[in-house]
Amino acid sequence: MKSNSLLSWGNYPKIENSVWNFKNAEELKQIISNKDNLIPYGNGRSYGDSALNSNLICTKIYDYFLGFDEVKGILHCQAGVLLSDILEVFVPKGWFLQVTPGTKLISVGGAIASDVHGKNHHLAGSFSDSVTEFSLMLPSGDIVTCTHEENSELFKATCGGMGLTGIILDARIRLVPITSSKINQVSIKTKNLKETFEAFEQYKEYTYSVAWIDCLAKRKDLGRCILTVGEFAKDKDLSYKSSSIASVPFNFPVSTLNKLTIKLFNTFIYYFKAKAGVTNQKVSINSFFYPLDAIGKWNRIYGKNGFTQYQFVLPKVKSYEGLSKILTEIGESGKGSFLAVLKLFGKGNTNWLSFPMEGYTLALDFKIEQGLFELLDRLDKIVLEYGGRIYLTKDVRVSKETFEKGYPEIDKFRMLRNNYKMNEKFSSIQSKRVKI
Amino acid sequence: MSYVLIIGAKSDIAKATAKEYASNGYNLYLAARNARELESFASDIAIRFDVNTECLELDILDYSSHRAFYDKLAEKPSGIISAVGYLGNQELAQNNFQEAEKIINTNYTGIVSLLNIISADFAKRGAGFIIGISSVAGDRGRKANYMYGSAKAAFTAYLSGLRNRLYVYKVHVLTVKPGFVFTSMTAGMKLPARLTACPGEVANAIFKAHKKGKNIVYTKWIWRYIMSAIRNIPEWQFKRMSI
Repeated sequence: MKSNSLLSWGNYPKIENSVWNFKNAEELKQIISNKDNLIPYGNGRSYGDSALNSNLICTKIYDYFLGFDEVKGILHCQAGVLLSDILEVFVPKGWFLQVTPGTKLISVGGAIASDVHGKNHHLAGSFSDSVTEFSLMLPSGDIVTCTHEENSELFKATCGGMGLTGIILDARIRLVPITSSKINQVSIKTKNLKETFEAFEQYKEYTYSVAWIDCLAKRKDLGRCILTVGEFAKDKDLSYKSSSIASVPFNFPVSTLNKLTIKLFNTFIYYFKAKAGVTNQKVSINSFFYPLDAIGKWNRIYGKNGFTQYQFVLPKVKSYEGLSKILTEIGESGKGSFLAVLKLFGKGNTNWLSFPMEGYTLALDFKIEQGLFELLDRLDKIVLEYGGRIYLTKDVRVSKETFEKGYPEIDKFRMLRNNYKMNEKFSSIQSKRVKI
Repeated sequence: MSYVLIIGAKSDIAKATAKEYASNGYNLYLAARNARELESFASDIAIRFDVNTECLELDILDYSSHRAFYDKLAEKPSGIISAVGYLGNQELAQNNFQEAEKIINTNYTGIVSLLNIISADFAKRGAGFIIGISSVAGDRGRKANYMYGSAKAAFTAYLSGLRNRLYVYKVHVLTVKPGFVFTSMTAGMKLPARLTACPGEVANAIFKAHKKGKNIVYTKWIWRYIMSAIRNIPEWQFKRMSI
């Protein structure tokens, strides 16, 4: 079954494509044998060109729950199931995702392919650390089961493998028990980067932590942020409403989001509005984990030209110096990021292309405009200078050279793609650019 | 909560209806040919809505198996929904009786065979509901699909009689007449979006009509008026038309 062209979350680039849906493995096998230049497409929340190509295999209607082991908390589901579906069914039963990113509107297949991380990375690792098993359709049409032990190379290549190893059909993921659908949240307002780093260390015992950073602040204010940490409450109230409220009805005119408005936004909303020092609050799952999901299609605020997110990580020992340099560079450029999110990762895993490594990661949004890619090229240099890497799920422009230096296992990945003839069937605009 | 038996459970309308009933707490028997293909769907419903689901093998054309099929149900359902349907190929059916027979038997004879058995049980119990998904195509025969339409017309008449007979036994019979619906049966057809329902809308309309005790429901509602207009075209004029 075929449907019309799809975009990625950044609305950039705009590429004509055919979209192929499947209801079962046989239909999927047909698509794979008849087409090439294929890439899986889940719920379209990858920002850049990692899920774009001339033929998209859409997993959206392949979204059944297949089983739940109530003793071990292991959910078996098809790859198109959205994290939001899982929450809707399982939060009221007292279960939560072991790892969740900042949006619940992604598919399980996409979560594995990007090996996404969340606010608890320092304790729980990446999404793949909650995956006990998945089945993968290879270019040959054969279906293989992959676990940490069985077909472990395919497991390590597929988790974080950006959909380039085949199509994930279904997966078993571990949920964790919760005693409330509310989170006791603590917000800490810091004055500069040094305080921000100290706060992360001071609050590292908390399960969940993330900081909103004002990346337009300069000099003595550089790196000021609001660090938010939290723990699930224990009040036994498991009520859960999947809130979808307002939606941005159209693309904003490009000029709306200029230097001034971003500056105002960052300064007022996220800094001055927060009280000085430490604040305690009890908030819902949606407000704590998924604040942006409450505004449907928020990507439209960046206008019809689209936007990108630049996310990198720097090794912990070099994070302070590197971040200071990068924040200064961005501050000087005046190109603003609406949302800049800072997080301290724990140790990385052994998957070949997983993004996280121990250190600080920063994610910044930029609307696509003249001079942006030059700025990002300058940031790339700093990232490499300090031994960091770029997150492919957000990326739309990184060069092969920059990408490779951050991912030392890339040649293993290329060889595996070659051995299974994955490179003949599966590719994305991104994979062609960075030559994987 | 009680069980609802859905026959022809693989169709898109049936699946949407199954979800609708499960979301209202009903357990489900899902019956179809090659019922194994429904297992993923059944487990999904069971997990999503916390109900029991069971997939059952049923060949609507194997009339002699119907008695045993119903007798085997451990807990008898409180209601049955027939979503069995076969559009077939009109042109082929005009020249090839096998195709005509398959259309007639799937849309009518087979369902009658099973509903006779079930309605007798419901009458005896003095309770239950029977929901038959017929079609607006049964409201008037048109050259484009009168094989399918005539079988659906027979089914509509059967349901009407059944309703009449079972009234005293407090068994509710609902006739559903969908117009255009976006399903795999109509995939590839160019359907006017305003007149075409999604399976979910049909399912929702069915559940509401059932709970309100209605006799006949059209989905979308506008089809009641469209079909009334079409039925009122004089035959001398209708025979000249292509609609």
